[in-house]
Amino acid sequence: MFDFFSKEYLLETEMRGDIAVRILRRIITIRETEEFIARKIESGDIRCPCHLAVGQEATPSVLAEFLNPEDRVYGTHRSHHQYLAVTDDVEGLLAEVLGKKNGCAKGMGGSQHLINIEKGFGGSVPIVGGTIPIACGAALAMKLKDNRSIAIPFFGDGATEEGVFHESLNLASVMKLPVCFIAENNLFASHLHILERQPETSLCRFAKAHLIENIQLDGNDVISLYDHLKQIIRYVRDERLPYFVEVMTYRWKGHVGYREDLDVGVKRKEDLSIWKTEKDPIGRLLSKYESLKDTYENFIREVHKRIEKAWEFAKQSDYADKDFLLSCVYCED
Amino acid sequence: MKITYAEGIRLGFEYLLENYKDVFVIGQGVWSPWYVGSSMEGLDKKFGRERVIDTPVSENAVTGLCVGAALNGMRPICVHPRMDFAVLCLDQLVNEAAKWRHMFGGQVKIPMVARLIINRGGEQGAQHSQALQSWLAHIPGLRVVIPYTPNDARDLLISATLCDDPVVYIDDRWLYEQQEEAKPIQIYSLSKEALKCIHEGTDITLVGSGYTSLLCKNACEKLKDVISCDVFDLRILNPMNLQPVFESVKKTGRLLVVDGGWSSCGVASEVIARVVEHLRDVTVLKCAPRHITLKNAPAPTSRYLEQIYYPNVEDACKTILDMVKM
Ligand SMILES: Cc1ncc(C[n+]2csc(CCOP(=O)(O)OP(=O)(O)O)c2C)c(N)n1
Ligand SMILES: [Mg+2]
Repeated sequence: MFDFFSKEYLLETEMRGDIAVRILRRIITIRETEEFIARKIESGDIRCPCHLAVGQEATPSVLAEFLNPEDRVYGTHRSHHQYLAVTDDVEGLLAEVLGKKNGCAKGMGGSQHLINIEKGFGGSVPIVGGTIPIACGAALAMKLKDNRSIAIPFFGDGATEEGVFHESLNLASVMKLPVCFIAENNLFASHLHILERQPETSLCRFAKAHLIENIQLDGNDVISLYDHLKQIIRYVRDERLPYFVEVMTYRWKGHVGYREDLDVGVKRKEDLSIWKTEKDPIGRLLSKYESLKDTYENFIREVHKRIEKAWEFAKQSDYADKDFLLSCVYCED
Repeated sequence: MKITYAEGIRLGFEYLLENYKDVFVIGQGVWSPWYVGSSMEGLDKKFGRERVIDTPVSENAVTGLCVGAALNGMRPICVHPRMDFAVLCLDQLVNEAAKWRHMFGGQVKIPMVARLIINRGGEQGAQHSQALQSWLAHIPGLRVVIPYTPNDARDLLISATLCDDPVVYIDDRWLYEQQEEAKPIQIYSLSKEALKCIHEGTDITLVGSGYTSLLCKNACEKLKDVISCDVFDLRILNPMNLQPVFESVKKTGRLLVVDGGWSSCGVASEVIARVVEHLRDVTVLKCAPRHITLKNAPAPTSRYLEQIYYPNVEDACKTILDMVKM
């Protein structure tokens, strides 16, 4: 096993400027789209429940550097950030949250059911833990077909309390499946802090129990994420073995919707202000790459225009046809 | 040449593994006769343990594994050696397999089979005896098949596996020794296939599925000198096509449905409801439709109570006589 903290790796993977630019662009696209959606929820234009990922943009934005369209990323109820990082499909996402037929799930999914097979986003669903074994199955198919693709289930700290999570880790370990598990530990499952649900905050202990290589990373530090994920994805792809990554992060918004949940008795005011300032992934990246600041301003303007255009287009589109309600239950009628 | 029901199942697997590279089989006990009887004997040796995979005791994750593999170009068959154990995988079956196509606007397909075995009796008791087909037949997005004959055991397994939708295939250990002349393999399109008439008659319509089709057939034979029964084997519980039963009931005016599950919200109630609704003019009925199911209790263990608990041919004959003499 390689040593992540050896100088050699840190030197080898020192991020080049153009890579940082690509990652920053993904992060900004996510941040601005999520903030836009938040405003549209508040104004009542979006009614479908949206679990926003402001603050959690960095991990999928970095990961996307190392994936191929044949790889399969699976998500959860909170997957806008993963979806946008992998697909860059702002248009498909906005149309989908409005239930329109040009949405990424043809207007049948809404915020919690996103898919884009062409670009490698295998699907996200809101049953907590639901896609973890499905990603293992994708990896099994890849193994049986003897190709070089890998599967990546994203899930939250809450999902590690589901039985199927533990079953899946065991299967991936004993069946040697090329899966990179990514636990986004944002310390909360809806209104409950992790210490109200588990005896400790770290999730890597579960990987250790199943003898899966594992690491806990700062999920808001783009440079460290880049360093590590590059090696980890290469490991899973080459060795055809599972890996477990826990990324420590925080969601700026509340569990669901545009508010911050301070109104419903969740105690997180002080923490939130730290995560929004010194731990903000964008601020940290910009402070490391001074030269990105101009690019940043340009991106923001560009992304805003793109979002506005996508929104107008989505609003004018039609809902899914009513025949669709029955015609896509089975492959054959 | 005659084949048994268990051989039919094994031949189905053999045909699939031999002819379709994308098929693999996974489940608890598939390397062992303890779990699946002779229905999978030797498959692991013949096709390799990479394609015939025995698993940890993790019903939900193994079923999810099949959903994921099916989404990615394979045709997995997931085996749960008792339907009771499959209760632990309902999340993946009901929330995932049945839903993905619809949730994603028809962009994906899940060509997987979940084979659930009904294995009751023998003093095994309440957690090793259940027949929960009505639960699964309730779910849009799942197809449910339940073979009664040895040829069907083979052909419905093959057809289910080659179908692009998730299919629950239910076989019954009480049928494993049943024999019939082997016919050439027939591959059905499950969306077009329907139930079969297994005996023609004029006095009463009997409807069964899986093991209860055998019960109906046996009752029909026992009463053949006094009553002429029109007997149907349902074969496909969801989506269910009852057209031939509608026609039959118009002819006989009497309907008895026998099901291996419980009565409440069950397969038998569904058949009766649909027939009555379809008839509109209920005056064609010579007596009220009836159904025979399990008694409303968990399965007992003792042999003595088991005999009282499970419906048998005598129960069926008595009800038929009652209905026809009325
Ligand atoms: C099986 C299941 N149980 C409960 C819920 C309700 N629920 C939705 S999200 C959530 C919390 C999930 O927390 P976590 O996995 O940490 O994800 P996060 O919201 O923090 O991204 C719960 C309990 C659900 N959707 N599915
Ligand atoms: Mg969480």
